[in-house]
Amino acid sequence: MSFLKIDKINVYYGDIQVIFNLSLTVEKGEVVSIVGGNGAGKSTLLRTISGLLFPTSGQISFENQKINSKQPEKIVDYGIIHVPEGRKLFSLMTVKENLIIGAYNKRAETKIAETIDNVYQLFPRLKERENQLAMTLSGGEQQMAAIGRGIMAHPKILMLDEPSLGLAPILMKDIFAAIRKIADLGTTVLLVEQDVKNSLSLSDRAYVLEHGQVVMEGSGKELLKNPHIKEAYLGM
Amino acid sequence: MIYLIEDIINGILMGSIYGLTALGLTVIFGVLKVINFAHGSLLMVGMYVAYWIITATGIHPYIALFIAAPIMFFFGYYLQDIIIKPIFKAEKNVREPITVIIVTTGLWYILDNLTLLIFGPQYRSIQDNALKGAMLEIGEIFISVPKLCGAITAVITALAIYLFFQKTKTGRAVRATSIDRETASLMGINQYKIYNIAFGIGTAAAGIAAVTLVPFYNIFPTVGVLFDIKGFIIVVLGGLGSILGAMLGGIIIGLIESVGPQFMSSTWTEAIVYGLFLLVLFIKPSGLFGIKQDW
Ligand SMILES: Nc1ncnc2c1ncn2[C@@H]1O[C@H](COP(=O)(O)OP(=O)(O)OP(=O)(O)O)[C@@H](O)[C@H]1O
Ligand SMILES: [Mg+2]
Repeated sequence: MSFLKIDKINVYYGDIQVIFNLSLTVEKGEVVSIVGGNGAGKSTLLRTISGLLFPTSGQISFENQKINSKQPEKIVDYGIIHVPEGRKLFSLMTVKENLIIGAYNKRAETKIAETIDNVYQLFPRLKERENQLAMTLSGGEQQMAAIGRGIMAHPKILMLDEPSLGLAPILMKDIFAAIRKIADLGTTVLLVEQDVKNSLSLSDRAYVLEHGQVVMEGSGKELLKNPHIKEAYLGM
Repeated sequence: MIYLIEDIINGILMGSIYGLTALGLTVIFGVLKVINFAHGSLLMVGMYVAYWIITATGIHPYIALFIAAPIMFFFGYYLQDIIIKPIFKAEKNVREPITVIIVTTGLWYILDNLTLLIFGPQYRSIQDNALKGAMLEIGEIFISVPKLCGAITAVITALAIYLFFQKTKTGRAVRATSIDRETASLMGINQYKIYNIAFGIGTAAAGIAAVTLVPFYNIFPTVGVLFDIKGFIIVVLGGLGSILGAMLGGIIIGLIESVGPQFMSSTWTEAIVYGLFLLVLFIKPSGLFGIKQDW
């Protein structure tokens, strides 16, 4: 059985269907990417996994338990942590408070001091700025804080929605390196990205999403060489 | 001159109590993003609760506080949980659901009329309490002891709520929910439970305000209405969602009411209060001090 298994889900916003009969799996320890253009349904998929949206049909299971149509705070208890698109830090709270609140769930709350050290090791910039309000951080720092807040929750699987969005290339490299490090330390990662090249390079496997459907899947390396990917996403 | 100083002091003291009556309103708004039109009624319920505790047991009003405040906390907690929460769930995607405001208006009428039905329209007051009519004499200045106690309680309550929001795990969760409820739920925070807690805290604050009032204020079923209107004016003056703003707004109203009659008839002071309210709404809707939510 798969770690995370999505089986033929359909998702609507009101009357508008956005995800069509979509299935995918993530195995323990993998880094899996979901790539696709604007409006393909990537964020919708993550929001459905984390319980912000409910599928109208199909099933999502995690460690062999059915988890779809459960409230988001319940999904967090399973160890599925969603770092949403656009950082969504708590603007009027300090960096440190944002990190602490990331560890709100029961599995994480007893290990706050230890985890915060790990986050500061991964992102030393956050340590320097721990008492600064989140809203005053630069875009790159905000992304670090958002990922850090996700790590604070002790995820079994960390879902990142476009962590490279709006970052300068040099910062982007740092962020992707950090994601690789998180995975190497043993956390399963489900990565949603528009930066196809970088995300496929660091992923074990990937799915290509178009119009709410999986149109292609394979290992990161395979897909990087695929002519359709090259043309549609890499501009080659 | 002496009279002026006395009026200023009493204005500040009574104003702090007004601030306390508005504290819960500002807390509930900060989290639920909804004006609670039943807030004055909660204060009224608190006054009856305090009245019954004090007259039934004969204990000092400020000891009754430690019984009334928890009772009011749970009253607010379950009021939100049982009556308001279902409406919130039905309007899940609306940030400031109008229907919830309508429900709180309904609660106001129900609570006031239920009280009228059960306890009758008569005015009640606690005749033989330790604080009634007590005066502190400093030189030629007379200070009302129950108002002084009330003002001190107001400041302590405001500080306690502030520290709770800043320093505790639940307090942080309340703040996170007030900033962004969806993202808070991605942290594992149950937003509806946080609403219950915020409503409970707001109601407990109204209960504490009620206890400080009963030693010198009459109790009747519509007493809340007076404080309701004052409460709205105070939170608008001070900035919606601001604890410091509620206290300062309360003190301004207290000062106008107490010092004003030195210079004009007291109907005019009321006109000034409403005039200031409208002026602030027109010119500086973020409140007189421009304080944003400060917790
Ligand atoms: N709240 C909403 N109500 C209605 N339609 C929505 C809503 N959110 C997203 N959609 C629609 O669903 C589709 C998929 O959106 P989604 O945000 O999942 O795309 P995405 O792949 O994450 O795109 P991007 O890369 O731009 O973030 C889009 O057509 C979008 O317009
Ligand atoms: Mg998206």
